[in-house]
Amino acid sequence: MAATTEPTRPGLRARPRPQIIASRVEREGQGWTSWITTTDHKKIGIMYLATVLVFFVLGGIEAMLIRSQLAVPDNTLLTPERYNQILTMHGSTMIFLVVVPVWAGFANYLLPLMIGARDVAFPRLNAWSYWMFLFGGLALYASMLFSPPEAGWFSYVPLSLKEYSGTNGQEAWIYMVHLTGLSSVLGAINFVATIHNMRAPGMGWGRMPLFVWTILIYAYLIIIALTSLAATVTMLLLDRNFGTAFFDPTQGGSALLYQHLFWFFGHPEVYIFVLPAFGVFSEILPVFARKPIFGYKAIAASTAGIAFLGALVWAHHMFATPMSTVVLAFFMLSSFLIAVPTGVKIFNWIATLWRGTVEWTAPLLFCVGGIATFTMGGITGIFVAVFPIDWQLTDSYFVVAHFHYTAFGAAAFGMFGALYYWFPKITGRMLSEKLGKISFVFVFIGFHLTFLIQHSAGLSGMPRRIYEYSDHSWTAYNLISTAGSYVLAIGVLITIINVVTATRNGALAGPDPWKANTLEWFMPSPPPENNFDVVPRVRSVEPMKDIRREIEQRSGVEQRYRAGQPLQR
Amino acid sequence: MALALIPALATALIAAPAAHAGLFFPEAGGSPNADSIKTLYIMVFVLALFIFVGVEGTLLYSLIKYRARKGRTAAQIHGNTKLEIGWTVGAAVILIFITTFTFIELPSIKDPKPSLIDENGNQIAQADNIQLAATDLKTPPGPSMRITVNGQQYVWRYHYPGQDNLLVYTDMVVPVGMTVLLDITSDDVAHSWWIPKLGGKFDAIPGYTNRTWFRIPLDAIPEGQKQVVFTGQCAELCGRNHANMHGRVIGMRMADYKKWYADTVAQEKVAKTDVAKQQKALQEQQSEGQ
Repeated sequence: MAATTEPTRPGLRARPRPQIIASRVEREGQGWTSWITTTDHKKIGIMYLATVLVFFVLGGIEAMLIRSQLAVPDNTLLTPERYNQILTMHGSTMIFLVVVPVWAGFANYLLPLMIGARDVAFPRLNAWSYWMFLFGGLALYASMLFSPPEAGWFSYVPLSLKEYSGTNGQEAWIYMVHLTGLSSVLGAINFVATIHNMRAPGMGWGRMPLFVWTILIYAYLIIIALTSLAATVTMLLLDRNFGTAFFDPTQGGSALLYQHLFWFFGHPEVYIFVLPAFGVFSEILPVFARKPIFGYKAIAASTAGIAFLGALVWAHHMFATPMSTVVLAFFMLSSFLIAVPTGVKIFNWIATLWRGTVEWTAPLLFCVGGIATFTMGGITGIFVAVFPIDWQLTDSYFVVAHFHYTAFGAAAFGMFGALYYWFPKITGRMLSEKLGKISFVFVFIGFHLTFLIQHSAGLSGMPRRIYEYSDHSWTAYNLISTAGSYVLAIGVLITIINVVTATRNGALAGPDPWKANTLEWFMPSPPPENNFDVVPRVRSVEPMKDIRREIEQRSGVEQRYRAGQPLQR
Repeated sequence: MALALIPALATALIAAPAAHAGLFFPEAGGSPNADSIKTLYIMVFVLALFIFVGVEGTLLYSLIKYRARKGRTAAQIHGNTKLEIGWTVGAAVILIFITTFTFIELPSIKDPKPSLIDENGNQIAQADNIQLAATDLKTPPGPSMRITVNGQQYVWRYHYPGQDNLLVYTDMVVPVGMTVLLDITSDDVAHSWWIPKLGGKFDAIPGYTNRTWFRIPLDAIPEGQKQVVFTGQCAELCGRNHANMHGRVIGMRMADYKKWYADTVAQEKVAKTDVAKQQKALQEQQSEGQ
C-alpha cells in the first residue's frame, strides 16, 4: 500500500510497522467477566475512568470535610488526629488516584484510536497496570477502617518515621505509592512503545495529535519521576521497619535528603498531570474555533521544554530550608524559565480562538475556563518562584491557592473538558449540553470563590495544614472559601448526574458529533473491539478534516451539522 | 480606556499599601527585611497585574468577539513565526525584569542590618552608606544579639546568649532597635519559624541550622505602652497539634528588656532551688518510709 505513494527506501522495508492482525473476529464479550478478563484498551480505559471518578468523589468529600472544619474559628467538627488523616487522604487521593490515572484512562482509550492503532503495544501489561492502580487505591482506603496515614501526602521525615507516626497507616500509604507508581511506570512504558511504533501510515512526528504528544512526554516524565519516588518510599519503609537510618537525623541520616528526593519526583509530577490537560486544550480549542491549532510545532516543542525544565526546579518547594544563596538563585531562575514555554502555549491557545468561529459548547467552556484559571496559577507562580517573596508565601494558604489554581485549573478543568468532549465517543451518547453549561458555571464560580480568597488568608499569616485557628481576621476569608467549596461541589454533582442519565438516555452521538479533527472520530461510537477495519492514511495533523472534505467532494453534499447535536442526516 | 485604567489602579495600590496589607500584600512593618520583601512583592504584583489583565482580557475578548454566528467563517491560519518569536522573547524580557528587581532587593532582605542602638540602649548614628567588607556578611557591624530557636512538638524554645543560659518558651522578648540573629533548629520533627510581620519563614530541620534576622523599629512600641507584640505560628506540619504551636516576639525598650531579663533569670534560679528543695524533701520522705 505504501509502495505506490511513497518511494520505498530499503530501511523502511527492513522495519515493518508492527500490527495486530485478527485472523477471525469473535463476538464481543458481555457481562462482568468480560471486564475483569479484558485486555482491550477501551475497556481498560473505561475502568480507569470509572475508578478515578469514584476516587475523585471520595477526595472531594474529604476536601468538603476540611473546608467545613475551617469554616469557623475553633471548630470542633474534626479532632486534630482526624483532620490530619483527612488532609493526608485528600492530597494522596487527588494526586496518586485521580489526576495521574485519569490521564492514563483517557490515554488508554484514545491514544490507539488517535494514532490509528488496534490496541496498545502490550495489552496484558496494560490490564496489569489497571489492576495495580485499583488495588493501590484499595490498600490506601482499607487503612480508613483501621488507622489512616496522617503525615501529609508528602510524608516528610522525621514526622513520617515510626517514632512520630506509629500507626500502620503510613505503611498503607507507602504500599499505595508502590502499587500506583509501578502501575504508572508500566503504563508509561506501554504508551511510549505504542506511540513510537504503532502510528498510522503517514503519521510522522509532525502530524501526531497534540494530545498524543503530551501523553508521550507525560510517559517519559513518569518513567523518570515515579521510579525515583519508588526508591524514596522504599528507603522510608526500611527506615520505619528494618532499622536503616537513611533519613533519621539522630542516627546520622538526613531529613533534608528526603525532601530533595521527594520533590525530585514531586515537581515533575505537577507536569505529569498538567501536560495531558494542555493536550486536551490543544485538541478541543481548534475543533470548536473551527480553525487549525495556532503554532502546532511551538506547542509540541514547548511540551518537551516544560518537561525538561520541570525536572530542574524541584528545590523551589524547599526555599525555606537551609540552602545557600546560589542554590536558591538557581532554582528561582530555572522556575522562571518554565514560564516561557508555558506562556507560549497560552498565547497559542488564545491565537487559536482569535478570528475563529468559537462555538460555546460545554467542552470548550471547560477548556477556556481551565486556561483562564491556570493562567492565574501561573502568575501567582511567579511570586512563589522569587525565593525572598516565597519566604513569606510558602506553606501558607497563598500556596494552597496557587497550586489549586494550577492543578484544578489544568487537570480538573481539562478532565471535565475531556469528559464532555469524548463521552460521545466512549458511550455513543451525548451528555446534555444544558446540564454541562450549568455545571461549568457552578464549577467555575465555586472554584474561584473557594480559592481566590485563600491568597489573602495566606498573605495575612494563615499557615497550611492547621486544623483550627482563632485569629478572627481569618474568619471571613475562610467562611467565603467554604461557601465556595459547596458551590463547586454542586457543579461537580451536576456533571455526575449528567453522566449517569446520559449513559442510558443521552441522544445518540453518531461517529463524529463535533465534526472534529482527529482519527478517533473516524470509527462508530463506541468503536468496535478491533478499532479499525482499515487504517486510513494520514496526510496532515487533521486527518478527519481531510476525510470529511474528501467525502464532501465525492458526494457533492455538505454535511449538515449543529454544535452539540448529533449529525443531521 | 482599559489601558488607562491599569496604571491608575497600579498607582492607587502602591499609594495606599498599608490599607491592603494582608488582603493584597504580605504582612510587614516589624523589620526591614519584611518591608523589603513587601516592596519586592509589590513590584512583581504590578507587573503581574499587567500580564493578568492582558492575557485574561485577550482570552475573554477572543471568546466573545469571535463567537460563532451565522455567516461567519473562521480564518484558516496555521501560525505566524514572527509573532510567536515575539511573544517568546516578550515573556523572557519580563522575567529578566523580575530577576533584576529580585537581585536589587535581595541584600536588604538577606543581610542583617546593623542595630539602631548599642548594648545600653543609646542610639547609634546611622551612616547611610556603610562600606561593607564582604557582600555575604553573616553578622552586621556593631552590637547584635544571637538567639537559638529550637522547635519541639509543639512549642518554640529560645536560648538566650550569655552565661545565664536562659531558656524561654513561646514568647521571645527582645529590645527594639537591636538586630537579632536567629539560629533555627529542631529537636524532633521539621517545623518552620514564621512571624509574618518580621519576615519570611525559615524551616527548623533536625540536624541543620537555618539562619535569619530581624530588627524591630524603635518607634514600633505605641505611645504610652511598654511593649509591642508580633504573633506567628509554626508553618510546617509537625504533628497533630501543629495548629497550636504559636510563637510571639515581644519588643521592649532596652531598660525594660534588661529588667525582664534579670527578673526571668532570677525566677528561673528560684524555680531551680525550689525543685532541689522538693527533691530533697521527697528523698527524705522516701527514706523515712523504708
